[in-house]
Amino acid sequence: MENALINTNPGAIALNEIPVVDYNEFYDRCRSLLQHEQNHCLNYFGWPDGKKIRYFCLIADDKQHSIYVLSHVQPAGKTIQLKALSAEITAMQVFEREIHEKYGVDFTGHPWLKPLRYAFNRYDRSKTPTTYPFYSIASEELHQVGVGPVHAGIIEPGHFRFICNGENILHLEIQLGYQHRGIENLFVQHKALLQQAVLAEQIAGDTTIGHSVAYAGIAETLTHFAEPAPLGIIRSIALEMERIAIHIGDTAALCTDIAYQLGQISLEPLRTTVINTMLEWCGNRFGKGFIRPAGSHYYPDKKFLTLLRSNLNDISERFTEITARIYSLPGVLARFEECGMVSNEQVRQIGAVGMAARMSGLARDIRISHPSMAYKDTIISSVTFDSGDVLARGLLRKAEVIESINYIFRLIDQYNSLTDNKNLPEPDFNLSFRQNMLAIGLAEGWRGEICHTAITDDNGNIIHYKIKDPSLHNWMALALAVRKEEISNFPVNNKSFNLSYCGFDL
Amino acid sequence: MSVLIIIITAFFFPGIIGRTRSVLSGRKGPGLLQPWKNVWVLLNKSAVISSSGSLISHIAPSVILASVLASSVFIPVPGFTPLLSFRGDFLLFAYLLAIGRFFIIINAFDAGSSFQGMGAAREALFGLLIEPAFFLLISSVSILTGGISFNEFYRSLAMSQSLPLIALSSTFIIICIALIENSRVPIDDPKTHLELTMIHEVMVLDVSGPDLAFIHIANYLKFAIWGTFISFFAIPAGIDLWLKIAIFAAIQFSFAIIIGFIESFKARFRMERNSHFIITVSAVAMVIFIIILFS
Repeated sequence: MENALINTNPGAIALNEIPVVDYNEFYDRCRSLLQHEQNHCLNYFGWPDGKKIRYFCLIADDKQHSIYVLSHVQPAGKTIQLKALSAEITAMQVFEREIHEKYGVDFTGHPWLKPLRYAFNRYDRSKTPTTYPFYSIASEELHQVGVGPVHAGIIEPGHFRFICNGENILHLEIQLGYQHRGIENLFVQHKALLQQAVLAEQIAGDTTIGHSVAYAGIAETLTHFAEPAPLGIIRSIALEMERIAIHIGDTAALCTDIAYQLGQISLEPLRTTVINTMLEWCGNRFGKGFIRPAGSHYYPDKKFLTLLRSNLNDISERFTEITARIYSLPGVLARFEECGMVSNEQVRQIGAVGMAARMSGLARDIRISHPSMAYKDTIISSVTFDSGDVLARGLLRKAEVIESINYIFRLIDQYNSLTDNKNLPEPDFNLSFRQNMLAIGLAEGWRGEICHTAITDDNGNIIHYKIKDPSLHNWMALALAVRKEEISNFPVNNKSFNLSYCGFDL
Repeated sequence: MSVLIIIITAFFFPGIIGRTRSVLSGRKGPGLLQPWKNVWVLLNKSAVISSSGSLISHIAPSVILASVLASSVFIPVPGFTPLLSFRGDFLLFAYLLAIGRFFIIINAFDAGSSFQGMGAAREALFGLLIEPAFFLLISSVSILTGGISFNEFYRSLAMSQSLPLIALSSTFIIICIALIENSRVPIDDPKTHLELTMIHEVMVLDVSGPDLAFIHIANYLKFAIWGTFISFFAIPAGIDLWLKIAIFAAIQFSFAIIIGFIESFKARFRMERNSHFIITVSAVAMVIFIIILFS
């Protein structure tokens, strides 16, 4: 029996076309697929279907641009034991932890079977953040520093527990799950497409476009909507604008963390210009309301495209000048270079995606491997660095900003040269979805790979929705980065990743 | 009178630094007296004391302010005599400041939070490392002038119009000491919100109300004291009192502006590099000491 395959992004497959195999077979297939470097797991989750739970594992093949779908079924409502995939494929640990937490599956041989996010519908309600089994040490010489969950600034809740030897960190454990909103269930409860589109924008506020693009992909693939070229182009422009804005903002924040005032104050206005351009375009600085299923309200006119081009020109010029200065200043380099290194082997093991993978030589990019929208026809070049330190993450952001700006220029030219700019589709909220399908939408947000998955029932209603934010994997990269670092270097490392709490907690 | 002038100087110091930073970052910035308005607000609040706090938490902030105030009585502002002066008063001065440091450190431990111990350990280490620089500088000046109290130092330095090289390098050392003692960029970042990177700020996280105001005032005073030191090297004896005061004010003013400049254009060191930097400062002091010793 062959594995089921989805060849498009977004793509869908009928539930009855996905072969259900027994667990041992599933285990072997997953293992043999995931041993290849070109494959990685997009998502592995359970869907409670009556008295049984059906598990789906989605494995992306970066070379063939396809997605394997594997499935096995287990009884619901009781504790069962399964052999842990993570014993051999470490990157699976986070998915198996989630399944363990939600459905009580006891994975034998799992290296780190701890609660993940304390979902309200978890299997064992007696597990709470206060009973989290922290890794601990019994030593007179070492000491622990606990940070959070309430932080001094305006950031979201998360607890960081450091085990330190003097100033140096031996171990960092990050515990999240303080703000579970049950957003996946809200997708099931709210059937109207407009409600769902708005929900998708709220998954992680800094990745509004990224998550809504993934959702729109699902909605459209479930209705056979063919995205016209102009729509794909403007969505790609918006996605790149989000990337540019966040990368510039984070570069400024990196400067703040090392008290380099000049870098901070000269970059912050640039980010404002980017998001104000979005405001000009769609009435919201973060692009809320921009991405809607099956169309758009915001096809740009010539006047706006000219403004976009001139703003980006200006930003490109100033950004290049400022970052050239920042990344040549000895004081800054002394802080960034060889600080918080994550090796290529480590990012492979933890299954890092997006920026966190590319900073350490792992070229994982949905825009290249599973292109959608404008990325299918106009290839963007994906930048990678090898050193895996704070400097690599900084330089990666810099390179991505420049690449994204140039890419938008190319898209503007394309948009202008399109002749069939008449009768462009407006959003359609009355679409009905195909029945009994599993749909998947992938997008490369600024952090990395975003994966949405939906399952529809006999009436074409979504009965299960699964969201994966890149932060799910990448928090582990932060924990590894600060090992053996000084504890005072934690903030700058944290900022260099800038991971999402709400995207993780959902 | 000296003490009064130092207090007045301290009044403007933090405001000028803040304003310099603002202007250099293209912002208008708060008024010069904003830091003191903040202090006033704090003084009108009541203090909250950590539940694990003992007597130390109650008295430490007052002791810290008192120790800095007490140490300022030995410092002559050019043109005036200090309130108190005796042979070897610089030793008492140094150890009064050390008492302040000691109390801020045990006060940090007293609050019983894991952050504060971290800051206290850093403060203790850096305080320890900078002490040789101060004493080497004082010894050099002592050999150069033949005096053994602050007042004598000033008088002889003013008469002799010390070598520009010595004056310059001493100024450099004093600026570095001031940056370290007062926890400024590049050693520490007073504006940061990141507890894990703090030195001074993290130690006073649990201090509030008037207690916090006292610690702020003590810090501002320290700046003025170090600024007064610099003026020793620059103000000649034979000039009019008003001119002296004018030069003194100009020196304090530019001292604050220099610190503002450093904070605007420099990134912070890594924590481990701080020790290297501080030892380098002591090494420079050592060089001056040797030069003076053999010349």
